Amino acid sequence: MTTPRPETLAKLTPVLTKRWLSPDAWRIGTYEKLDGYAALRKALKAHPDDLIQLVKDSGLRGRGGAGFPTGLKWGFIPQGDGKPHYLVVNADEGEPGTCKDLPLMTYDPHSLVEGVIIASYAIRANRAYIYIRGEAVHAARRLRNAVQEAYAKGYLGRNILGSGFDLELVVHSGAGAYICGEETALLDSLEGFRGQPRLRPPFPATHGLYASPTVVNNVGTIASVPYIVLGGAEWWKTMGTEKSSGPMIYSLSGRIVNPGQYECSMGITLRELLELAGGMQPGHNLKFWTPGGSSTPLLTAEHLDVPLDFESVAAAGSILGTTATQIFSDQDCPVYATYRWLEFYHHESCGKCTPCREGNYWMVRVYRRILSGQGTYEDLDTLLDTCDNILGRSFCGLGDGATSSVTSSLQYFKQDYLDYIEGRTAPKLSEKTLVGAH
Amino acid sequence: MTVFTEETRARAREIIARYPADRSRSALLPLLHLVQAEEGYVSPAGVEFCAEVLGLNKAQVGAVATFYTMYKRRPTGDYLVSVCTNTMCNVLGGQEVYDTLSEHLGVGHDETTADGKITLEHAECLAACDYGPVMTVNYDFFDNVDPQTAVGVVDELRAGGRPMPTRGARLCTLKEMAVQLAGFADEREGAVADGGPGEPSLRGLRLAQQHGISVPGFDPNTPIRSKAEAEKAAAEAKARAEAEKAKAEPAAPAVQAKGGDGASAPTGVETATPEQAAGSTTRDVKAPDDTSPQVRTAQTRQPDAATAVPDAPGTKVPSDPVPPAPRDAQEAEAAGAAANPPAGDGKPAGDEAGAQERNLKEAEAGKGATGTGPAVASETGGQK
Repeated sequence: MTTPRPETLAKLTPVLTKRWLSPDAWRIGTYEKLDGYAALRKALKAHPDDLIQLVKDSGLRGRGGAGFPTGLKWGFIPQGDGKPHYLVVNADEGEPGTCKDLPLMTYDPHSLVEGVIIASYAIRANRAYIYIRGEAVHAARRLRNAVQEAYAKGYLGRNILGSGFDLELVVHSGAGAYICGEETALLDSLEGFRGQPRLRPPFPATHGLYASPTVVNNVGTIASVPYIVLGGAEWWKTMGTEKSSGPMIYSLSGRIVNPGQYECSMGITLRELLELAGGMQPGHNLKFWTPGGSSTPLLTAEHLDVPLDFESVAAAGSILGTTATQIFSDQDCPVYATYRWLEFYHHESCGKCTPCREGNYWMVRVYRRILSGQGTYEDLDTLLDTCDNILGRSFCGLGDGATSSVTSSLQYFKQDYLDYIEGRTAPKLSEKTLVGAH
Repeated sequence: MTVFTEETRARAREIIARYPADRSRSALLPLLHLVQAEEGYVSPAGVEFCAEVLGLNKAQVGAVATFYTMYKRRPTGDYLVSVCTNTMCNVLGGQEVYDTLSEHLGVGHDETTADGKITLEHAECLAACDYGPVMTVNYDFFDNVDPQTAVGVVDELRAGGRPMPTRGARLCTLKEMAVQLAGFADEREGAVADGGPGEPSLRGLRLAQQHGISVPGFDPNTPIRSKAEAEKAAAEAKARAEAEKAKAEPAAPAVQAKGGDGASAPTGVETATPEQAAGSTTRDVKAPDDTSPQVRTAQTRQPDAATAVPDAPGTKVPSDPVPPAPRDAQEAEAAGAAANPPAGDGKPAGDEAGAQERNLKEAEAGKGATGTGPAVASETGGQK
């Protein structure tokens, strides 16, 4: 493996991940030695509005996929309205390909807890929840332990560090529903209902949890806050691009030599990421990849030099999403990959709206037909027509996301579909594998 | 029917106390984990218990319990083995792992071995793609598995052993795990400390460490500016930028043009749009701009700073000037719950044998009455 060039290495920006190298960073003692809770002490001396301004100035954008400016979101919370405010952390990581929040919460849970306290202080919330994916049990263990330690040290509870600010923080485990990563579905789930999205407006900023003003932020977003408080907005903006500032954890998986987490300056390209990750595995050539999870349209080898920031990826016809870069080679079939993703969306559709519930159900069946060698040319039109009826017409982004890989794989790899239909590719699914398929 | 112990009741009270006093329903998910911890699944008795402690009816609890994958509706084994078969793990070999285990154990998805040890399931993405293919036992990770190692793990489990997960804590039973999911600390000595980071999680960090790379200019004592100062600085910066822009005016149009067509020309030659590429004739509505439909939808769904937010403070919400009080919803729900008492036989309210008959009788009676008559008649007519 050749060593990456110095200019590529210089794009590495270990900030949020840095403490992962210290095996005991999840303990409060070690965390405090590594700048831990210094940001909280500093923040509690500032006015909450100054903190909101600071986050605005930093240009921090949501790390959960949408990239909404965080400071702006905090600023939407009406102040002096006499209602309780809430901070809810979306730790329901489940987008296929995405695997950055779980390690963060497992190896450095206090950075999230500290971020929660600062953010709650800024938006004047006295209750905060971390809604963590149910299956993330080890991360939840560490997180609950961290919350307990923070209470014991007076970082949580009544009159935090003598500031007069009170905060209760509860770690709430979900129960296995991808849709609860959608912020309004998450709020419904947290209120004890089925996790189904709500109609917007009204937005959570005014009518969120318990119909009160609520900020819902991703783990990575909140964990960034202590660093911005310490290092300042200008320092934060030395990383990333003008409109997509800061470091980002790129999660590389698939047919590469060294899959893993690479925290880099936003705007790095896949070519550079591959260089850091030791390149493609021997015998594999890049065929298609997702820039940010399965809900983002596929890109190809033509897009190796697209800067992976919010604007540039959108200009290339996809979405930055969660920067979960799944890399597939010429030995992987885009039709089959898309089929498996659709099985996922079909399984995870909450059933509330018809386009998503029925559309995904039928598209899965069309894919099974194509992959078992019984597809027709009309099937391809049916797929696009179905996508047309889901995209923008479903209740929330889950349905939209489902269409991404279908339309993009048809755009770039129509030949692969035709090979199944015209019998050049051997059927991937047999009658046997279809029996008992869910 | 299981009678839940006083310990479970005490824990239920503890769970409810975590949430605001008038928001006890928030405790429902952890309570369902709690009853699952007692019985290994959410039984009708478990549903009834949750309904009782929260003052809900069984239909309300049942509706929630059946929505979430992790609430099992049949008794489970001591160990839940979940194999990821989502796309990434699947192409890396996860499907073979699942198929091999299924054949080896003689059970299918969501089924339990006869000895009551193992429940097998294929799972959707477990958020460990850099370790794929992965499987979990009671949600703790075994990374980079292949069919042989997977069979080795389940054989050891069936023989009474407890193999150590690659990451995560030493194994406990599924019921013990459910207690933790209900929000209680893992009491086992050393369990929280188990499991250091695997190499993939550290790859980028190791590279940076080897080459001595860190982010320069980090000063933890950077002062936090007051809002007024920050706004002043921003105004100055804006003025500066505008002055520079005025200087650079002639060059601006070229930059704009480049940004404008970037969206439509990612692919070059013939595959300019998805419609053309797929040879589809179905799309009859022309897109209003040349941005791809995905991007347009994403922009609508995820507005950025430039997009007006309909209910941002200070903007008028046209309809419904009085926001619904949270109380109203609660009261309405409470009234509904009171009017629909639990049926008492494990079925949702209104489901008991007599109910249907009564409904029919009411419908018959309604035929003669004013107003409702025709509608009911046509409905019954339709059924014939």
